[in-house]
Amino acid sequence: MSNVKIQGLTPIAKSVRLDVLEMIRAAGSGHPGGSFSAVEILVELYWKIMRIRPEEPDWEDRDRFILSKGHACPALYSVLARRGYFDPAELLTLRKFNSRLQGHPDMSKLPGLDASTGSLGQGLSLACGISHGIRLDKKESRVYCLLGDGELQEGNIWEAAMTASYYDLKDLTAIVDRNLVQLDGHVSDVMEIEPLIDKWLAFGWDVIVADGHSFISLEKAFEHCSETEFPSVIIANTVKGKGVSFMENTCVWHGKCPDEREYTIAVEEIQGGLS
Amino acid sequence: MKNLRPTREGYVEGILQAGRENDRVVVIEGDVSRSIGSSSFEEEFPERFFNLGVSEQDMLGEAAGLALAGFIPFVGTYGVFVAGRAWDQIRTSICYMNLNVKIAGAHGGVSVGPDGATHQALEDVAIMRVLPNMHVLAPADANQTRAAVLTSMNTAGPVYIRFGRNPVPQIYPVDASVEIGKGHLLEEGNDITLVACGAIVSQALIAREILSKKGISAGVIDMVSVKPLDRKLLIEQAEKTGAVMVAEDHQAIGGLFGAVTETLAPEHSVPVGVVAVKDSFGTSGTPDEVREEYKLTAQAIVFEAVKLLE
Repeated sequence: MSNVKIQGLTPIAKSVRLDVLEMIRAAGSGHPGGSFSAVEILVELYWKIMRIRPEEPDWEDRDRFILSKGHACPALYSVLARRGYFDPAELLTLRKFNSRLQGHPDMSKLPGLDASTGSLGQGLSLACGISHGIRLDKKESRVYCLLGDGELQEGNIWEAAMTASYYDLKDLTAIVDRNLVQLDGHVSDVMEIEPLIDKWLAFGWDVIVADGHSFISLEKAFEHCSETEFPSVIIANTVKGKGVSFMENTCVWHGKCPDEREYTIAVEEIQGGLS
Repeated sequence: MKNLRPTREGYVEGILQAGRENDRVVVIEGDVSRSIGSSSFEEEFPERFFNLGVSEQDMLGEAAGLALAGFIPFVGTYGVFVAGRAWDQIRTSICYMNLNVKIAGAHGGVSVGPDGATHQALEDVAIMRVLPNMHVLAPADANQTRAAVLTSMNTAGPVYIRFGRNPVPQIYPVDASVEIGKGHLLEEGNDITLVACGAIVSQALIAREILSKKGISAGVIDMVSVKPLDRKLLIEQAEKTGAVMVAEDHQAIGGLFGAVTETLAPEHSVPVGVVAVKDSFGTSGTPDEVREEYKLTAQAIVFEAVKLLE
């Protein structure tokens, strides 16, 4: 991919962050921290990596995406809308009564969602099951699953990790949004998950580390994953709250709505291109 | 009621037949396939059989994923674990998406016997029944279990099928059928209606004979479809006989007794009694010893029925 094309994704990421901010402000609640850390990962997937047809959301040969850390859905909703799955005007209905944009993703309501998620720890099993199904049907689709780092404390993740390698689900790629912070504080203080690379290796996965805010780095990582013979995981080093100085690297903005003053500063910072 | 057969044999016959009729049927196991007998599915359809080891949460999530990919997974392991250990996976990853996953809970009730309390599913019907979109079937014998499996294959959405471990009397012929939302009126009665599900249905039929000798005419409903309940049949028989006695090898809280009383309470002033486990855990022993201890016998049904009518 040329640099021009890569540079083309940066303004999209900026727009997604602005959407997320505005959506959460309009909703009065939501999860900015973990949405902002995942923006580049989602943009890279939906603009460069995944084979999808936004005009035909249920296209049977599409690649699948599972947002296991369902609380980052504001970023996913923005990406889906900007990719053409639905009208971006609908984004401001996030979390509101009768909205298709539920507080956590509901696939029965919104086109483009491959699963309903929200209870942490379950997405990787879903991804394994879908991958199994695709293989039984002798199809080529790949399955991507975005995990939070705090979410890796769930035992179900490691059950699924065992299954994926035992069944050689090489078309499955997990991405860990390694933003180091969870609701209650730093992951290392709440419940340490390191050594993370060793853990995934021990479970039989191909592990690659990437800068989760660099499209070049992410692209290389995804390319690697598409060529490996094992299930693959990208440990994407990210910044919680990326793009807004006072939201970065803190658990305070895990699930909090900015007030007017904070909102104004945040918009300026995102527009100014801190990201 | 002559030959005794374990209901789990019906499950195995059911999934084999389902697998032959429909190539979208897959089976997920959790290291009890030799206990339940589903390993025979692996022999016939190795590509459509996944033993995921002792990992109920992953099993249910994988099943949901396979259903998202268009398959019809049957997930089987002991009821305590499949329903309890993975309840949140069933809630969020299966029922919330209304996925086509069929969950088989083996070892239902204290009549499991020697394995003891940890392996005797006594709350599974309750915790499956409360989930939106879930159907709950509790077949009474092997033939009905096979029919329940085939019916669930053809029913859209999640189904929980509960069955037992040990041999029970055959009530139904080989061509038994099960319909979602339909109970079976096995015997007509005038004085009381016995409403049972699962293995204890055979005890209700014996209880009817004993009651008859005491001059009490008891009807017997096999309420195989616990959810949705056969409201019409229940209300019709409750009003006809004026009294209902529920019997189930499950906690009295939340299971068939819960479903029956929830249905009758709003509009029908019919006394309802129950023969079930009373807010306690099970224990080891032979199935007969344990059933005796927990009063899940024909004699107990008779005793409670007589008491209710007094």
